[in-house]
Amino acid sequence: MAKHKISVTINGAVREAEIESRLLLVHLIREDFRMTGTHIGCDTSHCGACTVILDGNPVKSCTVLAVQADGAKITTVEGLEQGGKLHPVQEGFHEKHGLQCGFCTPGMLMTTSALLERNKNPSEQEIREAISGNLCRCTGYVNIVKAVQYAAEKMR
Amino acid sequence: MIPAAFDYHRPGTLDEAVKLLSSYGDQGKVLSGGMSLLPSLKLRLGSYAHLVDIGRIPGLDYIKEEGGFLRIGALTRQSTLERSDLIRTKYPILADAVSLIADPLVRNRGTLGGNIANGDPGNDQPAIALAVGATLVARGPKGERSIAANQFYKGLYETALARNEILTEIRIPLPAARSGGAYAKLKRKTGDFAVAAAAVQLTLNAKGAVDRAGIALTNAALTPVEASDAAKFLIGKMPDDKTIAEAAKLAAAKSAPGADRRGSVEYKKDMARVMVTRALRKAVQRAGGK
Repeated sequence: MAKHKISVTINGAVREAEIESRLLLVHLIREDFRMTGTHIGCDTSHCGACTVILDGNPVKSCTVLAVQADGAKITTVEGLEQGGKLHPVQEGFHEKHGLQCGFCTPGMLMTTSALLERNKNPSEQEIREAISGNLCRCTGYVNIVKAVQYAAEKMR
Repeated sequence: MIPAAFDYHRPGTLDEAVKLLSSYGDQGKVLSGGMSLLPSLKLRLGSYAHLVDIGRIPGLDYIKEEGGFLRIGALTRQSTLERSDLIRTKYPILADAVSLIADPLVRNRGTLGGNIANGDPGNDQPAIALAVGATLVARGPKGERSIAANQFYKGLYETALARNEILTEIRIPLPAARSGGAYAKLKRKTGDFAVAAAAVQLTLNAKGAVDRAGIALTNAALTPVEASDAAKFLIGKMPDDKTIAEAAKLAAAKSAPGADRRGSVEYKKDMARVMVTRALRKAVQRAGGK
């Protein structure tokens, strides 16, 4: 089985890797690039803990081949903070207690930051729909919604 | 979970992709959005020596009305359909369904072509293709051919496509005046397949009676089910509550689901009846009937 040389731009930095075809994007990120902020939860494309932003869209990185991301721009949770300053959604999750155990949080942050790129003023319903592919077993989602509303206000 | 090893190919054109598939035979598989294929490879339910990724072949991602059809490129992602004003305003049967498919993150990857060509009776868009009388366009070694949606599904994960054919376009006839469509789906939670779901496309005549009807069911058998008896029953009739109830009964009688975590056979058949009823009512309303 031939290996593939790929190149991706992850959190603004160009990284190259030589990989097997079957390597999953989440494993590329965690094991080859050693960025462990992106979590593996269910590993069956249900829970959304592994969500990253791939060319502008949030996707489940456990269900994308690393080789499919060749040439792509990827943002992970490590890329949200800019110049030592938290992204508004990160600040929102902190301020509004949008997490307890924190396992779903990286995925939630990626999905909701992508939502706010597309929709500056989402309704509660739109927020709930946007995060419907991200499971949280702690919060009951109430504080996550509040955190996103906080961030939306901050970003306007 | 890690898939069994395979070789990955990323052809730049359809012809190149067809050539690759031709040389790999049963050991080759088309990869589109990967939202069904990758989970099945990870679970080792399937395994192929060669994946042919068509995801970057240019010119297969479009939504346009042309030559009497709504033409949608096979690589059009579900999220693109979801955000299309044309789909939202003129093709509510597609708009109803797309937001009920999987979840928003999966819809950012999954494609219409993959949903149609996968051959999983739990996929939602095959029933729509049947209800609207779609034509499915495929490219193979001998060029292009068109397949009527009702000739496409042969069995569980079996379609009319040969191993070296690729679905390229879904053609839906432009709806005549006084047409309406709807998709109704019962599911337990976001991301689940349907307990039962129904696609309905109707055209009414000037008096409000049914001129054309297409009805199909999702997850009701090993293939998507076309409820042609129910559709025929409607022709020439005013779609009142009594007629709708009778048509829904006829449609549900065509479903042959298996019992599983989503419910018993009896329950699923009755839910198929309820979904057809709801879709029919909404389609009539959208067609401007009562």
